[in-house]
Amino acid sequence: MNLNNYILHIDGAYFFTQEQLIPQILLALPFVLTLVMYILAVIVSNRRHKRWPLYRTVCWIFGVLFAIISVAGPLANRALVDFTAHMFGHLFLGMLAPLLMALAAPMTLMLRTLTVPIARRLSKMLRSRLSRMLTNPIIASVLNIGGLWLLYTTSLYSLMHDYFLLHLIVHVHVFLAGYLFTISMFYIDPMPHRVPFLYRAIVLCVALTGHGILSKYIYAHPPNHVTINQAELGGMVMYYGGDIIDIVIIFILCLQWFRATRPRTRLAIFSNCFISY
Amino acid sequence: MAIKNENDNRFYYSNRNLWAGILFGIGIVAFLDETIFHQLLRWHHFYDKSTTDIGLISDGFFHAFSWFATIGGLFIYADLRRRNGLWITKWWGGVLIGAGGFQLYDGIIQHKLMRIHQIRYVENVIIYDLIWNVLAVVMIVIGLSLIKSNKQQAKEVSDEPQ
Repeated sequence: MNLNNYILHIDGAYFFTQEQLIPQILLALPFVLTLVMYILAVIVSNRRHKRWPLYRTVCWIFGVLFAIISVAGPLANRALVDFTAHMFGHLFLGMLAPLLMALAAPMTLMLRTLTVPIARRLSKMLRSRLSRMLTNPIIASVLNIGGLWLLYTTSLYSLMHDYFLLHLIVHVHVFLAGYLFTISMFYIDPMPHRVPFLYRAIVLCVALTGHGILSKYIYAHPPNHVTINQAELGGMVMYYGGDIIDIVIIFILCLQWFRATRPRTRLAIFSNCFISY
Repeated sequence: MAIKNENDNRFYYSNRNLWAGILFGIGIVAFLDETIFHQLLRWHHFYDKSTTDIGLISDGFFHAFSWFATIGGLFIYADLRRRNGLWITKWWGGVLIGAGGFQLYDGIIQHKLMRIHQIRYVENVIIYDLIWNVLAVVMIVIGLSLIKSNKQQAKEVSDEPQ
């Protein structure tokens, strides 16, 4: 399959072969579905409650778009042969899309839209021990950054291109781990298992360190079948692209600290209850 | 009822002023290092093949921490302002100590001992190293003297009869 793609690449045209088309559709379809569901939920919710903020809908649309272009279409095709394109795809899928989608508060929208019994069941699920575990910053960071280390420092990266199922699992994991990581760092949606700011700040710092070191490691030690030039460029894309998105996460985390620790008056305590972020 | 002066609470938040400054100082010097020496002048290398493992880890940690310190430090500055607790000379003292301290660590431990990269890849790099580290020490000394004069000021205020 690798060789096959190479020939297509040299020809300068990107045709969809059957092997490429199926994983791309399988990966893109859930995102398309969530987009439709989100917009339907906004329409239903706007009829019953006050208007759902427009910026959240915009965030969701762009989040889904970035996720889709990273798993299907020209960038995804190129990512099979070009490591730099692969790295752009992973930045979109694992960092930018989760960030935008977390800002869109999908859980809040769901709880507003669902009928009360189902919403209760959902909120019970959010309070479960499994949810506590997965949204713990340390565990989310290990899933996210640890997964990346596994992908780029073992033969997993080259195996991923040969095995269809592995390709699916890796991409789903990158997105889900990125999303868990983002929602474990700042709280937009209802989060029953909260941890203190300093805790999150320290874990975020360590996780970013792991990300930065891995980028430099890739720069110096290319994964299997990746040329030195591509690894150098890809490592730098990962390093600086990651920095840009990290700034936003750090900024939101600090902003939430700033709002939560405001000098309190009675009014402030009252109005603080309604601040979502 | 007495009218409250601006920055009335600064003695109460004395340490927070210092730490806000130190955090911002570390952050801003790392930011300038990245912008000027890595991106604009391109003297520093992204990855130097002689880097030790511990150098890579130290560099990674400081890079991540400095992003956090810049943003967090500025939020603490805003927090001090809304609490009427800003003490600007103390804050500047902190900034210079943080900036000088990090530059000294970068210049001696990271550049020389851990060999993450050199300041510039030229023959007489020692001159660059000297200027780099002397500047760092100068910043620390000025920062310390600012804090010291602040301590005296705080003492005088607390000695005044109420």
